[in-house]
Amino acid sequence: VLRPRVIPCLLLKNGLLVRSESFREHQIIGNPVHQVERYSAWAVDELVYLDITREGEHDLGRDDQKIKSASSVLDILDEVARSCFVPLTFGGGIRTVQDVRERLARGADKVTINTAGLEEPEFLTEVAGTFGSQALVVSIDARATDGGWEAMAAGGTRATGRDVATWAAEAERRGAGEIFLNSVDRDGMGDGYDLDLVRSVVQATTIPVIACGGVGRFKHLAKAFAAGASAAAAANIFHFSEHSTQRAKRELRALGIPVRMAGIDARA
Amino acid sequence: LIAIVDYGMGNLRSVRNALDRVGAESALVDDPASLRAADRVVLPGVGAFPDAIAALRERGLADALRTFAAEGRPLLGICLGMQLLASRSSEFGDHDGLGLIPGSVELLAPGDGLRVPHVGWNDLEVRPAGADMFATAGDEPTFYFVHSYEFRPSAPEAIAGVTDYGGPVTAAVADGRVWGVQFHPEKSAEDGLALLARFAAC
Repeated sequence: VLRPRVIPCLLLKNGLLVRSESFREHQIIGNPVHQVERYSAWAVDELVYLDITREGEHDLGRDDQKIKSASSVLDILDEVARSCFVPLTFGGGIRTVQDVRERLARGADKVTINTAGLEEPEFLTEVAGTFGSQALVVSIDARATDGGWEAMAAGGTRATGRDVATWAAEAERRGAGEIFLNSVDRDGMGDGYDLDLVRSVVQATTIPVIACGGVGRFKHLAKAFAAGASAAAAANIFHFSEHSTQRAKRELRALGIPVRMAGIDARA
Repeated sequence: LIAIVDYGMGNLRSVRNALDRVGAESALVDDPASLRAADRVVLPGVGAFPDAIAALRERGLADALRTFAAEGRPLLGICLGMQLLASRSSEFGDHDGLGLIPGSVELLAPGDGLRVPHVGWNDLEVRPAGADMFATAGDEPTFYFVHSYEFRPSAPEAIAGVTDYGGPVTAAVADGRVWGVQFHPEKSAEDGLALLARFAAC
């Protein structure tokens, strides 16, 4: 049976891992390369790294007491790929076919594209045609509007007027292999996914949908699967506690969801 | 030395990283002479069948792979690399494959409202032909799949493992030391690394 996927989403800013709230508050929480070794041991199903550094903000060279910043996202990707033996998705700031090529060559299996696709939908067609649909995840940042949701560009800061479900369907037609669906409103709130949003995109597409945004308790992950998502992603909840993915999976198993245990003792 | 065939299709870095992790020495190889010099060959691949077989022929690698296999030397096809072992594929028309394991490659039709491509972690049921390949697999192994087409061998005995996606889907094939896996062992955590270690020692 196909196992529902549980995916930690790691946010990078200026080469450091950060936590996010409402797409605005970004608190530094660690070194991205150390984290991958831990997740590898925790039976994660997949890893998503999103670089949320804004243009012109690169290389601030911030060195906190214990956290040393890495140089560039591509160097980070090199390091992460060396010890990541689950599917690895890398996204953020991708604008050209060359950007995609560089990331895949350094060990990413998939890239996420968001703003560049909204501005130039033909870019999605080009990426899927060049690298295959399996390498293209279209990321959508959804914000609730009166009676629906609209896709936001530029890290949730710019409204596009595009209806999210309609845009997801177009992304699929243009060759997207999966949709990574984030809720700007729920980001960092911890009160669960926007399940109506998840359902609306699942209904509008036939490709896998990865739900993200709002998980505050492990049982929230289960709700995404019930809403039709193929994968449940979360960021903050996986950052702050040891063995978090193992504990999440035990809880999901107890709820009757056949997640992949990979050696985790379901009873512990 | 394990030669990883570099013909412009697929994420070779991941395969290389995984072989490094299991302590197997490997090199990227894009010409017939280097391929002949290797002890073992991994044929990876992501993308469309017609482009891939054309790229192999263009570089003289299709014949080199057939010779390598005919000499009884170990060959492992991964994902599209496994499908290329077939006699033919119906992806974007009708195309000949390497013909190392008789059978054809057809579009998945899982029914039950299941989505195509088949993406994610799935279980494996080992068949007799897979006894050697999966000898070191753990209990209830799971592997990462991402594919829209499936290899249907002419002889069921060539099926080394199946997974369930709206019915049985070929997950692995084997004929002597020619092995193929539809999933990505380099992306299948401990279960995948165990398979690669097995191949490196077979």
